Amino acid sequence: MKYKDNRKILAYLAMIILSIFFIFPLFYMISVSLNPNETSILRNMASVRAFFPGDISLQNFFDVFDRMPFARFLFNSTFIVSTTIIIGLLTNSMMAFALARLRWKGRALIVTGVVALMIIPFEAIAVPLLLITNRLGWLDSYHVQIIPFIANPLYIFLLFQFFKNFPSELEEAAIIDGASWFGIYWRIALPLSKPILSSVAILHFLMQWGSFLWPLMVTRGPEYRPLTVAMEVFFGQYPRNWGDIMAFAAMITIPVLLLFLYLQDTYVNTVARSGIK
Amino acid sequence: MQRNDKKSIATFMLPASILLLVFMVLPFLMAFGLSFTNQRLIESPRGTQFIGMANYFRALGDNLFRRGLTNNAIFVLVVVPLQTALALALAILVNIKVKGSKIFRAIFFIPTVTTMVVVSVIWSFLYHPDGLINGFLATITFGLWDGVDFLNKTTTAFPSIMLMSMWQGVGFQMLIFLAALQEIPDSFYEAADIDGANTWQQFLYITLPQLKNTTTFVIISTTILAFRLFTQVYVMTSGGPQNSTYTAMLHIYNMAFKRLNIGYSSAMTVIFFLIILVISIFQRFVLNDTEEEV
Repeated sequence: MKYKDNRKILAYLAMIILSIFFIFPLFYMISVSLNPNETSILRNMASVRAFFPGDISLQNFFDVFDRMPFARFLFNSTFIVSTTIIIGLLTNSMMAFALARLRWKGRALIVTGVVALMIIPFEAIAVPLLLITNRLGWLDSYHVQIIPFIANPLYIFLLFQFFKNFPSELEEAAIIDGASWFGIYWRIALPLSKPILSSVAILHFLMQWGSFLWPLMVTRGPEYRPLTVAMEVFFGQYPRNWGDIMAFAAMITIPVLLLFLYLQDTYVNTVARSGIK
Repeated sequence: MQRNDKKSIATFMLPASILLLVFMVLPFLMAFGLSFTNQRLIESPRGTQFIGMANYFRALGDNLFRRGLTNNAIFVLVVVPLQTALALALAILVNIKVKGSKIFRAIFFIPTVTTMVVVSVIWSFLYHPDGLINGFLATITFGLWDGVDFLNKTTTAFPSIMLMSMWQGVGFQMLIFLAALQEIPDSFYEAADIDGANTWQQFLYITLPQLKNTTTFVIISTTILAFRLFTQVYVMTSGGPQNSTYTAMLHIYNMAFKRLNIGYSSAMTVIFFLIILVISIFQRFVLNDTEEEV
């Protein structure tokens, strides 16, 4: 018994030390962002005092809104991400449904094709995609950041696997009642698929919210720029005002953090699912 | 209503299929085609010509591209073993049934939902010559430590980015390991307890073999991520100092976007993809191998 207790204490000790390692940069970001006095930020940046700003204010946050069209960037990111996820859920699940629930020649081949496409990383198509979208005259727009990222082979495959496991009696009754396939998809399949739909939405969200390489290539001015690129541009301007930079960083991070802490169990299941291929 | 109703099938299949074909299959095939041309982003007055293998020969002799790939490989050799081991250790820790382990699990995965650009910015401040990490090192060495400009020294810049990348990424792998750990039946460990196996033996002869597939998956996916390295180096160092943090993706981006040389960057993209393909095929090979043993 004694031995077991000692082990528990050791486990706690290890977890606490590791927690400090994983959490301190974020605490640091928040405490610097709340410190309105740039001289005090620079004076205390190397010591524990950085975590305890003398006077706390939201001045840096207001400064970010004053110094740049932050509201616009926030809208851009939110709009791009939510549109991609919603249209993506619809189109990806429709294709997965046809592959999993209908019987037709060639669907096995298409499933194989979808699996093969999963190997292609975005970086391997970014350059020709830049050429295509440039020819289409799409540069510097919302749709150039949305349309190419709607359909995704990984999400189609995850949905396909989920739909495939429904028993075949599921549709039989509906078919006899004269329901259409779209009705079955919309009223039976989708409501039963909430766990997988939320998993796919979470993966899609993480990918689009953090997207950097592509918006860096296709946005020129602040008009259609998402938060990530705006953050990098702001970070590259000298002299750096660390209070404002950290306020900007905090505003990108904190809403997402709260969302994921709230959805903790769903997130954990999602990652687990992405590992089972 | 039939299960082979053609109109329904077409309606369900078309939207996603068209998008996949136009924005994934087409650019993918184009990368191969463009790699044999001198295509520019903005068409030159002389037009685009077929130039054979010239872009590939140029890539082979391109010191910056080679430097980038070498750095990617170094990143793999250092980060993959460390991050995989740390992820497994974290998963085992939070899998111990003690109060509050769920809170620790959340703390460990918080960095993975923090956007990489933000992570890079925060750590740039931490790595500042007068920053917190230097301050911490000075304190624990009682002032013997001289401030190091981590991101501006050729010897420290890349390791600094590696440490930060592990901090950001390890929580994701931890969750994958955790899911696999929970799949191992308790009866295996109970039987081992009865046979008198100690914790270390149980880890070595039960946990590790049961995690073989998961470990392969984690190693391969981390390796692929290492070859895609871009955001951190772009934000923190732009590949410097003296190219010590330059990566293949950074070079492809610079050639395509700054030099507008689509043909040449397509050739490097193809090489990049072939590397990913070999790694992925290797993964399938290893995983199939284990499935046959069962």
